[in-house]
Amino acid sequence: MSAVIELKDVHKSFGLVEVLKGVSLSVARGEAIAVIGRSGSGKSTALRCVNRLETIQSGEITVCGHPVHDPRLDVRKLRLDVGIVFQSYNLFPHLTVEENIMLAPVTVKKLRKAQARDLTAEALARVGLAEKAQAYPEQLSGGQQQRVAIARSLAMQPQVMLFDEVTSALDPELTGEVLRVMEDLAKGGMTMLVVTHEMGFARRVADRIVYMHQGRVWEVGDGTMLANPQTPELRAFMSHDL
Amino acid sequence: MKYKFDFGALVEYWPQLLDGALVTLEMTAISTVSGLAFGTLVAIGRRSHNRALSRLCGAYVETVRNTPFLIQLFFIYFGLASAGLRLPVFVAAVIAMVFNVAAYTAEIVRAGMDATPRGQLEAADSLGMSTPQIYWHIVLRPALERVYPALTAQYILMMLATSVTSQISVEELTGIANNVQSNTFRSFETFIVVAVIYLVLTLILKLAFWLLGLALFTRRRRLGTSL
Amino acid sequence: MAQPFTLAHIGYMLDGLLWTVILSALAFALGGVAAFGVMLLRISRFRAVRLGAFVVVQIIQGIPLLVILFAVYFGLGIFGIQVPPLAAAGIAMMIYSAAFLAEIWRGCVEAVPRTQFEAAECLALTRWEALTKVILPQALRLATPPTVGFMVQVVKSTSLASVVGFVELTRAAQIINNSTFQPFLVFGIAGALYFAVCWPLSAWSRVLERKLHVGRH
Repeated sequence: MSAVIELKDVHKSFGLVEVLKGVSLSVARGEAIAVIGRSGSGKSTALRCVNRLETIQSGEITVCGHPVHDPRLDVRKLRLDVGIVFQSYNLFPHLTVEENIMLAPVTVKKLRKAQARDLTAEALARVGLAEKAQAYPEQLSGGQQQRVAIARSLAMQPQVMLFDEVTSALDPELTGEVLRVMEDLAKGGMTMLVVTHEMGFARRVADRIVYMHQGRVWEVGDGTMLANPQTPELRAFMSHDL
Repeated sequence: MKYKFDFGALVEYWPQLLDGALVTLEMTAISTVSGLAFGTLVAIGRRSHNRALSRLCGAYVETVRNTPFLIQLFFIYFGLASAGLRLPVFVAAVIAMVFNVAAYTAEIVRAGMDATPRGQLEAADSLGMSTPQIYWHIVLRPALERVYPALTAQYILMMLATSVTSQISVEELTGIANNVQSNTFRSFETFIVVAVIYLVLTLILKLAFWLLGLALFTRRRRLGTSL
Repeated sequence: MAQPFTLAHIGYMLDGLLWTVILSALAFALGGVAAFGVMLLRISRFRAVRLGAFVVVQIIQGIPLLVILFAVYFGLGIFGIQVPPLAAAGIAMMIYSAAFLAEIWRGCVEAVPRTQFEAAECLALTRWEALTKVILPQALRLATPPTVGFMVQVVKSTSLASVVGFVELTRAAQIINNSTFQPFLVFGIAGALYFAVCWPLSAWSRVLERKLHVGRH
């Protein structure tokens, strides 16, 4: 099975600080990968590199056939195939929920309004917020806003979804609703790369877990890896985190 | 038709233009210092609990901010002259400038004083400081530091506005330029040169205010942050 | 000998006021269009373009409007173009307004969080689409109060057009004063007329500003 996301020996520095020191990772179609690790381990940076929000210094990244490391890459084409959800939702505050979701299908894909509206309704139904179409972002709870952000990405029908610590800004009682939506997505066969602190989610939902440490992929395994760490670093991380 | 630029004709007027620039700087210096002092007093008056005083200061600030400087200048210069008080144009111009810039100063300084956190006043009060002491140490000095960039920007605008005083024949830079262009018939060249001189003056003032800021505000110099 | 000040003089000043308003509107409209262009250059992706626009803006902001006005007036004159005073004043004020408005608007655009731009680009919007559909609508809200405030600046600045002989309110007042010798009265009325135009704008700007702060949490 060919990889949808492929990172080969990726190096990335901010100034003198090297945050990715040779990261390699391969994600197959339909796989859900949880990326865990301390803050500063490079996990969020790696995710942002996949979407070309950051450019890398060396190595190769291929996503859905797009050579992401290539400076001549048409970034917009890449982003038609890759959706991303941020920690801070980044909904557009001047637009209603429906307008937030319709914006890209209408302007980028040139869909007709009616068609885009159907797509929006469908995406909102998937995240369980069909009745909030006419609300403005500030009228919603954090969990609801984040689900709208997921719907906004879904409406572009991406092949790959990236999640960058999407529950970290939420109150604990609101994380569940967001994680459930993500779990449904994973079961539906979406290819997902999820940077997260939610160990339970990682264990239960992810096909594989990637533990990153000091800019490297330190350990990779399935859900049982967390209960049975092979490296002292992951063991220490787990004992602090749980 | 092709125009032949001739800046050579201006060379002999160079000393006069320089004198004009010096007059501009002189007016700017006087109005900055007096405007800051007077404006700060107005700002304090504006915040006063005495309603009449506060209203009066507010009316003054609004009047100045909502009428053109040129009208204020004519009002003061020709008005005083008609009342029998014939002031030298330089003096009349400086009075008008102080009258003008003090209003802007008052508004800026007041905003800075209003930004004083309540807790600071309570802390100072509970330390037994007197009202004038609190005003000076806790309200005014941090306020001036806070609004220093806005204030200096205003004073640079005022330096540029001195050009307007050429309309009552003050021999500052623009006034001199008017003389020079009518002598040489090189109007366009004259104003190009004068524009460049004003630019240089602006840069000099910016540099001077920046250095002054470094000298005055130790905290800002050491931390590089704003209050 | 001094003429008495009559009602006809007030009519003449009101005519002047009309021209002040016309010139202000002209300067603001032309300046606004130019400012939008300059603002786009100021936030360009290309460093050289940003820097170039920055330098031009700094130059204009470092020269008195009066000198810009003279330069335009005499400058166009030497190319054999006989410019009417209204045109000279309009062009000079357009240049001046463009520089200041562009900086005001740039500040508002940059006050919109960068993440909004990032989110838009991640949805495959082009830079232009992101700017017009996501960034500018949000910046517009922030820009309204200072823009209205700047209109006061524009109205007041039109008084300088009097020096090239354009008969707006200030010039009208000067002419009347020359014959009546009642400067306190004449310039007092002129000032009051300016105030009548400017103060509502100032007040409106303050109201908008307050609403903006209430609207945010």
